[in-house]
Amino acid sequence: MARGHHDVGGLPGAGPIDQSQHELADWEILADAVNQALGARGVKRTDELRRLREEMDAAAYKNSSYYERWIASIEGILIEKKILTRAEIDRKVAEFEKKWGEP
Amino acid sequence: MTFAPATGRFRPGDRVKVRFEDRPGHIRTPWYVRGKTGFVERVYGDFLNPESLGHGGDGLPKRTLYLIAFAQSDLWEGYRQNTPDKLLVDIYDHWLEKAA
Repeated sequence: MARGHHDVGGLPGAGPIDQSQHELADWEILADAVNQALGARGVKRTDELRRLREEMDAAAYKNSSYYERWIASIEGILIEKKILTRAEIDRKVAEFEKKWGEP
Repeated sequence: MTFAPATGRFRPGDRVKVRFEDRPGHIRTPWYVRGKTGFVERVYGDFLNPESLGHGGDGLPKRTLYLIAFAQSDLWEGYRQNTPDKLLVDIYDHWLEKAA
């Protein structure tokens, strides 16, 4: 074992913290809404989503933005609790990409 | 808001050492304080255990959560000495032992 990819406090080389404001994109607000809804329905606990983000592939975690990690963990919990399958999610994503173009 | 009295072993001012554990699972104790010694700054109360909740468990038994204060110079190599600078971290009872 070693420290997890999320547990970076005190590691050298992180550089200064970017404190600039950024406007939330619509999909980021939606990610928050889905997260809240799943919590209200009792589908997930905050700690479960944290654990799923900690279990992500280290490179994928590093290359993802904050809300991209949220979405990855939401997909993970829905699959883990057998509410959706990976194939169902991939099929829907492909549908959306066809309709709206690649993100 | 009032909470039930905490059931944990420590009181404000107690000197405590964070266990050094390296194990898989959802853990809220940051790597950089494991094995370090600090003081109990505040006792928050008893809370469901996130190490259980994170893996679909019921979070029981509840664990006492503390605010632990570390001297910055105890955490970081080369940090200037003789400063009052503190770093505060929330740590659960089962991660702590009484320090000598």
